[in-house]
Amino acid sequence: MKTLQELEEIRKRTLETMNLRKESEGTRIVVGMATCGIAAGARPVLLKIMEEVEKRNLSGVTVAQTGCIGLCQLEPIVEVYKPGQEKVTYVKMTPEAAARVVAEHIVNDQVVLEQTVGRFQV
Amino acid sequence: MEFYRSHVLVCHGTGCTSSDSPGIKKRLEEVIAQKGLEKEVQVVMTGCFGLCAMGPVVIVYPEGSFYSRVTVDDVDEIVEEHLLKGRIVKRLLYKEAVEEDETIKSLEKVEFYRKQKRVALRNCGVINPENIEEYIALDGYMALGKVLTEMQPIDVVNTIKESGLRGRGGAGFPTGVKWSFAMGGEGQKYVLCNADEGDPGAFMDRSVLEGDPYCLIEAMTICGYATGATEGYIYVRAEYPVAVDRLQKAIAACNEKGFLGKNIFNSGFDFNIQIRLGAGAFVCGEETALMTSIEGNRGEPRPRPPFPAVKGLFGKPTTENNVETFANVPQIILNGAEWFSGMGTEKAKGTKVFALGGKINNTGLVEIPMGVTLREIVEEIGGGIPGGKKFKAAQTGGPSGGCIPAKYLDTPMDYDNLIAIGTMVGSGGLIVMDEDTCMVDIAKFFLEFTVDESCGKCTPCRIGTKRLYEILEKITNGEGTLEDLDKLEELSTYIKENSLCGLGQSAPNPVLSTYKHFKDEYIAHVVEKRCPAGVCKSLLSYEIIADKCKGCTACARVCPVGAISGSPKNVHVIDKSKCIKCGACMARCKFGAIIKK
Repeated sequence: MKTLQELEEIRKRTLETMNLRKESEGTRIVVGMATCGIAAGARPVLLKIMEEVEKRNLSGVTVAQTGCIGLCQLEPIVEVYKPGQEKVTYVKMTPEAAARVVAEHIVNDQVVLEQTVGRFQV
Repeated sequence: MEFYRSHVLVCHGTGCTSSDSPGIKKRLEEVIAQKGLEKEVQVVMTGCFGLCAMGPVVIVYPEGSFYSRVTVDDVDEIVEEHLLKGRIVKRLLYKEAVEEDETIKSLEKVEFYRKQKRVALRNCGVINPENIEEYIALDGYMALGKVLTEMQPIDVVNTIKESGLRGRGGAGFPTGVKWSFAMGGEGQKYVLCNADEGDPGAFMDRSVLEGDPYCLIEAMTICGYATGATEGYIYVRAEYPVAVDRLQKAIAACNEKGFLGKNIFNSGFDFNIQIRLGAGAFVCGEETALMTSIEGNRGEPRPRPPFPAVKGLFGKPTTENNVETFANVPQIILNGAEWFSGMGTEKAKGTKVFALGGKINNTGLVEIPMGVTLREIVEEIGGGIPGGKKFKAAQTGGPSGGCIPAKYLDTPMDYDNLIAIGTMVGSGGLIVMDEDTCMVDIAKFFLEFTVDESCGKCTPCRIGTKRLYEILEKITNGEGTLEDLDKLEELSTYIKENSLCGLGQSAPNPVLSTYKHFKDEYIAHVVEKRCPAGVCKSLLSYEIIADKCKGCTACARVCPVGAISGSPKNVHVIDKSKCIKCGACMARCKFGAIIKK
């Protein structure tokens, strides 16, 4: 170890991977992963979200799962909690839609309206 | 760098390791691989979380679910339910960590952690102790970088002085002052870390070594720069195999990354660290005996002066500190002396780690600002005494310390306050005793330890402690006289005043302090031939109350020596000459017919 810059680089790089271990106030993306969600294809959605978050190097974003919220016919369901904003619930998600949500909602703060639960009401 | 959506932290402190946390980690990895989650979920081994009573502990992030007393058999359910489906396994959650509405409390709000302030233990249970990059991520080596690039040795020493940090190993000597003694002059000097944690019940140093070994290495390097030493030794007991292994790995990692070795941070400063294993002698925790042992000789103390700062290891100036003391140093450098001196009391700054043990619900490690009262530690952090029993006393400072009786429960814990009531902070062992503890027996227990551990070099300690032990034995056997009590006091004072090193000088403390605070118990043993707590076997007898005995024969069948006689449906009798006072009959009797006197 010869310079402080070198140290700082390792610090930043590793800290990104450890952010998860503290209670963050950041954005949470929650994927419904009960039996109904998994059967409807929640896993590829979850994997896509993780891939997009990683690719874009988004810090302060956690990806978590949750159980069944009771809207099984609309699974896969993804909920986005941004600090200070109302929760947004996306339904009938696909990997493609998940990529859009990350790009438009998480990064650019534009809710992907046509995927939200409001548009799918029976 | 991989992105994981979930981190599973598995405690690998000694407590959890002995209840098979490595098996849990292995099974987690297997099941996670079976489910194809290995790219999403990372399993991380960490140091001690502190709440050893609830071990093995597994924490899953981002939810922060605190699973306690996990077994290998629980792993499949955790993976299937929590990691795959996102359903928290409620039955395994530590119940204090769940809100009434069943949501998860943040750990800082849990009673056990709420009053704690983690400085020395700040990385324990947070980082993987075998991954130096995780240490760096949490500001590791920033302090050394700052010291080597921006500060002069005298600035470092002054910062430590101003912070008010005092030795955490027992004596409480101001650390900055100690460092300043070794400054100046030419030639070889040494930095020594005393990791020979020998007090029964104390394990905070082990936790730092196991959970955050880099912190110690960084602090020793800083001390080396400040005092002009280029060689460091860590003297650690061989009974800490996990700690030794992690230290070795950490030193290797530091050498590889250039945090140890030549020209660190391009400053021209060189520093190396070696490990020396102690063979388990308590006296080697005494600084001069420790140095003698490193030199390859039998671990015996030598008279001071000359003090180690003048003539220490191999006859060279040496700065020696204990593990917990060192663990505070990088934080002081990074956050400043004022930050540190803002915690604690007027004469004792910062925090202190206590190893909470004995009759207490939350056995484990707690780090609290100096000045927190014993009541807060026992009743709030420690969760009270099991079985609703009454608090009787707490032993601090192990075999060198004394007891704190209930009337001092509200004493703020710091060096001077504890000395004033006849005990000491010591290395931080805190053994809680309830009403069922006999104080004479406790004094005998600690004295037996020092008799065993006396190195034999000086007579007051070698022979004096043995004679003292014999008097206590006489008293607990019911053969003591009032004259013995006077002798006990006189001999204790003599040993304290005439022993060569700290071991002997402090050995009578448990006797003197229990005698001071619980004189009535000593007198009951001697005059009434009675042990008020019902512990000393020679003074006990078991009897069957004829009115209550139903003649069920249960006691006679459980008695290991056949001391109980009687036929079915008739009153039974205990033959006191045969009875070994094991208490098995009393535990077995359903009618409460057997009493202990």
